[in-house]
Amino acid sequence: MTAQTEETVAPDLLYSEAEDDLRAAVRSLLADRADAPTVIARIESDTPYDPQLWKALGADIGAAGLLVPEKLGGQGASHREAAVVLEELGRSVAPAPYLTSAVVATETLLALGTEDGPVGELLGELAAGRKVAVLAVPFSAEVGTVAVTGTLDGIVTAVADAAAADLLLVPTSDGLYAVEAGATGVTVEPLVALDLTRPLATVTLTAATGTRLADAEAARPAVRRGLLAGAGLLASEQLGLAEWCLTETVRYTRDRHQFNRPVGSFQALKHRMAQLWLQVVSARAAARNAADALASGSPDTPLAVAVAQAYCSGVAVRAAEECIQLHGGIGMTWEHPAHLYLKRAKADSIAYGTAGRHRDAIAELMELPAP
Amino acid sequence: MTTVDAAELRRLTRELLAAHPPASTDRTDFLKARFDAGLAWVHYPAGLGGLDAPRSLQPVVDAELAAAGAPDNDPRRIGIGLGMAAPTILGFGTDEQKQRFLRPLWVGEEVWCQLFSEPGAGSDLAALGTRAVRDGEDWVVDGQKVWTSSAHVARWAILIARTDPDLPKHRGISYFICDMTDPGVEVRPLRQITGEAEFNEVFLTGVRIPDSRRLGPVGDGWKVAQTTLMNERVSIGGSRIPREGGMIGPVARTWREHPELRTHDLHQRLLTLWVEAEVARLAGERLRQQLVAGQPGPEGSGMKLAFARLNQEISGLEVELRGEEGLLYDDWTMRRPELVDFTGRDAGYRYLRSKGNSIEGGTSEVLLNIVAERVLGLPAEPRNDKDVAWKDLSR
Repeated sequence: MTAQTEETVAPDLLYSEAEDDLRAAVRSLLADRADAPTVIARIESDTPYDPQLWKALGADIGAAGLLVPEKLGGQGASHREAAVVLEELGRSVAPAPYLTSAVVATETLLALGTEDGPVGELLGELAAGRKVAVLAVPFSAEVGTVAVTGTLDGIVTAVADAAAADLLLVPTSDGLYAVEAGATGVTVEPLVALDLTRPLATVTLTAATGTRLADAEAARPAVRRGLLAGAGLLASEQLGLAEWCLTETVRYTRDRHQFNRPVGSFQALKHRMAQLWLQVVSARAAARNAADALASGSPDTPLAVAVAQAYCSGVAVRAAEECIQLHGGIGMTWEHPAHLYLKRAKADSIAYGTAGRHRDAIAELMELPAP
Repeated sequence: MTTVDAAELRRLTRELLAAHPPASTDRTDFLKARFDAGLAWVHYPAGLGGLDAPRSLQPVVDAELAAAGAPDNDPRRIGIGLGMAAPTILGFGTDEQKQRFLRPLWVGEEVWCQLFSEPGAGSDLAALGTRAVRDGEDWVVDGQKVWTSSAHVARWAILIARTDPDLPKHRGISYFICDMTDPGVEVRPLRQITGEAEFNEVFLTGVRIPDSRRLGPVGDGWKVAQTTLMNERVSIGGSRIPREGGMIGPVARTWREHPELRTHDLHQRLLTLWVEAEVARLAGERLRQQLVAGQPGPEGSGMKLAFARLNQEISGLEVELRGEEGLLYDDWTMRRPELVDFTGRDAGYRYLRSKGNSIEGGTSEVLLNIVAERVLGLPAEPRNDKDVAWKDLSR
């Protein structure tokens, strides 16, 4: 068996007091600025992102710089804290480029290992919440499958949060470039996305120019690491989303009366919610394990991330589907927010690799090969 | 109020070891001396095997004794006594009962069993029909109990029986200590789908139990039984379970060692179950960390549900994976195993035995109700059995 079969150190699967405080701050902000009617109104407007929300979350609370060391202007925290922020964002489904900019793009830059010059400056801007950067790859991109072969000429489809980005990090065969989103030769064309709460866009580069941050050799592992962190922390977003769906479904079925009793007293419904609760409890353990592995730099990280994604994707989708079914007719309306959660959950199940792709990765890591 | 700390426990343990060196002391004598020194279960009262110390300090004693090579009381063999009878006797017994029963129970000289379930009272245990009728200073007991582990080796049993059929079912039950060697107690092995007989049926015919062996007031048996059942906790051990530590382990090994058995369909199912087993392991680890940190959550109620389903699905996959070998079974001989071992035998045994995992100790359906009502706060189903005299219930 491989070295992957044994954990080296016990992962810390709990939440610290500081993490609980951070959660309370983010939850209160989101309740204030991004309740369900607000989000529903925004997603069909021209400004799905709320700049004030981003400023409050990224700069005032400091969530944008959690992964960035203090000497570069960040909070010097870790993936554990960023995971807590993502749990709350999953619970709210407010559009915010947190996963894409504060996690994937930031982690990619950090993994370049060069803190001087443009990389350090850029990390400082991102950490302060002054700029948003996204990696110019499709949202479905998996760890290790992004071909770093393009040039600053070309089309990248389904880039998440590109519309909110000031900068695009473009992996090319010549290295990793930072390209201003508003520069000549760059167009960002919004797509009609399944998930209205995380806008997608097609990025077209036509003889664009940018700043070369790293050569191809350094760029490849950095992009890998960025996507690994994205996949690992996406599990926490999925956990928060699933938890919202369960909580709302329990609340609704306790209130809703049919046949002269709360529908939540029927065993057929209760058992479904109890099963879902069990899956949410399990998803929490898997998501915390991935966040802790990323934070501690454990050699177990690729497996912990693959397990979390292989499990949590399905739980989030199931939770959103159960939420709609157990709400009955109201769950099918545009007015009720359940549809936002279903769309987010389904899109998330494709983001950074499907559950099946992650199971394939596990097969390799654990030496359980296909026939 | 307690003054016993870890240092004091360590000192007392070393004193015990010095006075009774394990190498030259008879096992039972050593265990009796340990009980009398208050080091058996340190959170029990002084004089009853404990020192009124915090329960969390027990590992201090256990570690010292293990390091010195001292014998233990083989807790798996006397699990019902330790886990269920003892806390109930401690909570509801008279001084005489505590003095009489706790020491031989802990030492293992007297094995205990539990006479609760009946053919007509499984999930609905409170509907039990075994009758206890007062006759002078005795109670005369008639009825049938089932799924009784260790009945064939037990000296004593904790027993619940109906003392007033005119009251609603929860209120007419009393709790007794039954002598398994008394006339009228007949134990028959209950052969199960694996071929062996872990459990027994116990027939009680005119068994006379003196009133001095009643635990708690007449009619309060259900309340007393709640203490017993609360202590039937799934033991979340003190140590981490390694990856592939459960039933997934043998399947993964078979997969690695036998490329010729691999198919695409089995591969996908194996990987899905592997992930679920790993996540269940992590959830158990998280629960353990919560308990260590003194923040027990409701998650424990779910673990049995998860493991029951996983054990069944994984062992089912394993039988299929083994192909031709899956057509065979290791041994149908009727045996009476002393200890239950869910993973000790072949895939076929695991497949059959794990069917019980979603039935024993609370069916998965009942556990889902408990999670829904007590953890999620969903309303109970309307009931029509709570205020009806037991004798008028349908059966």
